[in-house]
Amino acid sequence: MNLLALLFIPLLTALLILLERRPMQVRWLALAGSSVQLLASILLYFGYRKAALADPSTPFLFRERYSWYPDWNIGLHVGVDGISVAMIMLTAFVVVAGVLVSWKVEKMTGSFFFLLILLSLGAYGFFISLDLFTMFFFLELAVIPKFLLIGIWGSGDKAYSANKLALMLMGGSALILVAILALYVSAPAGERTFDMLQLAGREIPVDVQRFIFPCMFLGFGVFTAIFPFHTWVPDGHSSAPTAGSMFLAGISMKLGGYGCLRAATWLMPEGAKAYGDIIIVLAAIAIIYGAFATMMQKDLKYINAYSSVSHCGFVLLGIGMLTKTAITGAVFQMVSHGLMTALFFAVIGMIYERTHTRLVAEMGGLMKVMPFITTVMFIAGLSSLGLPGFSGFVAEMTVFVGGWEREAGFYRVATIIACMSIVVTAVYVLRAIGRTMMGPLDASSFGDLKDADWHEKMAAFVLIAGILAMGLAPFWLNELVAPGTDLIVKKIGQLP
Amino acid sequence: MKEILLAMKSELVVTVIIFILLLIKLGKGMANTTLLSLVQILLLLSVPIALVGNEDGIFFGGMLLSGGLLGFQKAILSLAVWLITLLFADWLKKTEHLTEFIVLMLSSLLGMHLMISSGNLLMFYLALELATIPVAAIANFDLERKRSSEAAMKMILSSAFSSGFLLFGISLLYGATGSIDFTIISSSLDNSGLQLMAFVFIFSAFAFKLSIVPFHLWTADVYEGSPIPVTAYLSVISKGAVAFVFMNVLGKVFLSMEHVWYWMLVAMAIVTMVTGNLFAIRQQNIKRFLAFSSIAQVGFILVGISGNSSFGVTAVTYFVLVYVFSNLAAFGVAAVLSDIGREDLSGYKGLVRSNPFLAWVMALALFSLAGIPPAAGFFGKMFLLGAGAARGNHWFIIVAALNMIISLYYYLKVVRVMFMDPAENPASAAVIQPSVKFGLIICSAGIVLTGFFSWIYDHISSFN
Repeated sequence: MNLLALLFIPLLTALLILLERRPMQVRWLALAGSSVQLLASILLYFGYRKAALADPSTPFLFRERYSWYPDWNIGLHVGVDGISVAMIMLTAFVVVAGVLVSWKVEKMTGSFFFLLILLSLGAYGFFISLDLFTMFFFLELAVIPKFLLIGIWGSGDKAYSANKLALMLMGGSALILVAILALYVSAPAGERTFDMLQLAGREIPVDVQRFIFPCMFLGFGVFTAIFPFHTWVPDGHSSAPTAGSMFLAGISMKLGGYGCLRAATWLMPEGAKAYGDIIIVLAAIAIIYGAFATMMQKDLKYINAYSSVSHCGFVLLGIGMLTKTAITGAVFQMVSHGLMTALFFAVIGMIYERTHTRLVAEMGGLMKVMPFITTVMFIAGLSSLGLPGFSGFVAEMTVFVGGWEREAGFYRVATIIACMSIVVTAVYVLRAIGRTMMGPLDASSFGDLKDADWHEKMAAFVLIAGILAMGLAPFWLNELVAPGTDLIVKKIGQLP
Repeated sequence: MKEILLAMKSELVVTVIIFILLLIKLGKGMANTTLLSLVQILLLLSVPIALVGNEDGIFFGGMLLSGGLLGFQKAILSLAVWLITLLFADWLKKTEHLTEFIVLMLSSLLGMHLMISSGNLLMFYLALELATIPVAAIANFDLERKRSSEAAMKMILSSAFSSGFLLFGISLLYGATGSIDFTIISSSLDNSGLQLMAFVFIFSAFAFKLSIVPFHLWTADVYEGSPIPVTAYLSVISKGAVAFVFMNVLGKVFLSMEHVWYWMLVAMAIVTMVTGNLFAIRQQNIKRFLAFSSIAQVGFILVGISGNSSFGVTAVTYFVLVYVFSNLAAFGVAAVLSDIGREDLSGYKGLVRSNPFLAWVMALALFSLAGIPPAAGFFGKMFLLGAGAARGNHWFIIVAALNMIISLYYYLKVVRVMFMDPAENPASAAVIQPSVKFGLIICSAGIVLTGFFSWIYDHISSFN
């Protein structure tokens, strides 16, 4: 299987959308393109499994290298391991759901779907790149679509939020840029490369790692809402259009987590060991602070945005712990959070489209008029608070077990603090769902609202399928991810 | 003889075009539209002539050099002038003295070509003057506007000032080394006090031309007052040509003083980027805005020059090529909009609804200037910073990267105004002339494709 297909399908879709300006045709084109991509990613999963069984010793499969700017030794070096396959599948699920949810976008429909597909193109490119330069290229490629999606189709103080998001993410990118260039010039003149496989094979001096690792980790950390650089998340998510929020939480924040793991921890394990404790502290703060901040929110989108800060804290906590189980848990949490938050945002979008409000206090009893949407919201909520059977439980449990493997008191305390946030999560999730969906219905304003349309149901089914597949049968994901995490853990070696 | 003609072919072509225009003027003259089309065709032909068949050579006792890289740089400049004749066709057709305008602009271009090929300080000085003085004349072409004359006056005074610096530096250098030939000077430098002083004067003259802070004060007023094609010419072509020569002079002639000028460049690059960025944030007039943003861009070029390697040379040349497309596209859109009376940022509100084509081209150009993919500006900036980073001075690169964020703020501000602000007073749909539209499409294609086609970069790099 040639991985470039994963780039060409969205590219072709985007170009066709650009040529076709009629709204209805554009919608179908986007849906067709993203469905083909979903199909391709599922094929990739089976292809990868088969190839990995046949050849378990090679960490990266389907590798191809296309020279690009040979002077700088840059190449479009593509290849996947289990972690990237998981991320690619997550992206494909979220994109299909996002396209379906945005069916009714009327304003500049062509440009809207073009930007959605362009954003997904950036994500696919990012996940298949094994070259730091092209990885960075794709990471930045996704920034402008986000900015425009929020700024043009958003709601509330959208220009402010779009600006804040773009500037903070570019701030993160600037740190990544410095780290990449510093890593590049750390080698003598003839041997400079951006290629991650070659860089991973080298012993980068410890003092160099200690300079570059924080830049790289913090840069990607901004994308995944590391405390204290999480402030773009609430504003960005709440102002974005529904599909924009889904993409931001489901895909864009995962770019950061994946980057922290792949580009920072894997390439510079000594740096990771030196700064691991600081990462854990920041992650624990994000987890507990995010959870309590969510309690105070009155707007459904803000509730979900702050809970994303808390949930992404688990990703960083898992990476900071540096054990195999914890890192596996971090990957699980990325997939789980991506699916679940996307579903939550989709539901919020559906509710908002009908009630024209997102304030919890103004709603109530909606279950009576929209039973389907209520069910979906329950599924998203229960997954979010970590109920067994849904994806959230699997992911969080794995992170906790992984954290407990570190025996020093510091790691124990951090794990316990993180565990406690689950109680808070249960409180805010149940409270939000209870107040919006149950209780008496304000028949005068909400009495004649319709339940979900076909495309909204489809979107929900796609995401719920992912959540259940992961929650009920986590072993297939574990099998998929294991070689990738092994590789990273082997590079980390003995923990202090 | 044949080699000499071949080495000077790009200069000769420009001269021939100038003479053709003068002959037409002497005869019956020609309608502006026909004349402009003729100029466009001739300039387009001059680009491949400058581009191909360049061989390394030294002529007239070291006065004139030729080579692949020099040819490519000249071709970039000719291409940019061609784009100017396309993009500002509206304004040019309305000018009463089109022939004179074009002849003056091409004379300046001729000066720049000669400046790039010069191998001798005297030749360089003469070419620089030829490149500068005609621009001062065309800066004054909006005859009814007082600001236009003011701009021309400021331009001529500041360039006279910088020429004085340059001449003083040259004469000191001549006194110290006994030669004005680049190769002889470079081999006889010994870092004596006199030579350092000469170097500082020459450096300052370059800083004037490139509007490096603190020698930038003339820039904004001249850019704002001049007619818009002249502003575009000054900010793109003139900057690009001087940057090429500056890089050449520092890397070849003053190579043994690298320890001195490296830190000068670092300091000035930082100050230039910061000042350009901070002032650009506050600008409301789009021409002034682009003027300050171009100052900041020069700061990034200095980062690349400071690398002083073959990577740096290629990166700067490549960046200027990308910058030609990006900045000219921005100026092209600004020109169309200033025709319908929108010169300030507030007039750009809600532009995406009234003029979607212009708004998207402008957005693309600004993304390229800010260095965001897929625009080629991303690659340009990456290579400049990469060339600078090769010296191992990480803090310098961190400062440059932070400046990219500041610059993103104001570029996005324009995008925000165009795409997100509601239009209180919507602009009417502007009429875009076919040639303007063609020029904008060429620029956009250049912005998008130059980055993906890495062979363009490889081609530049193969000259080293």
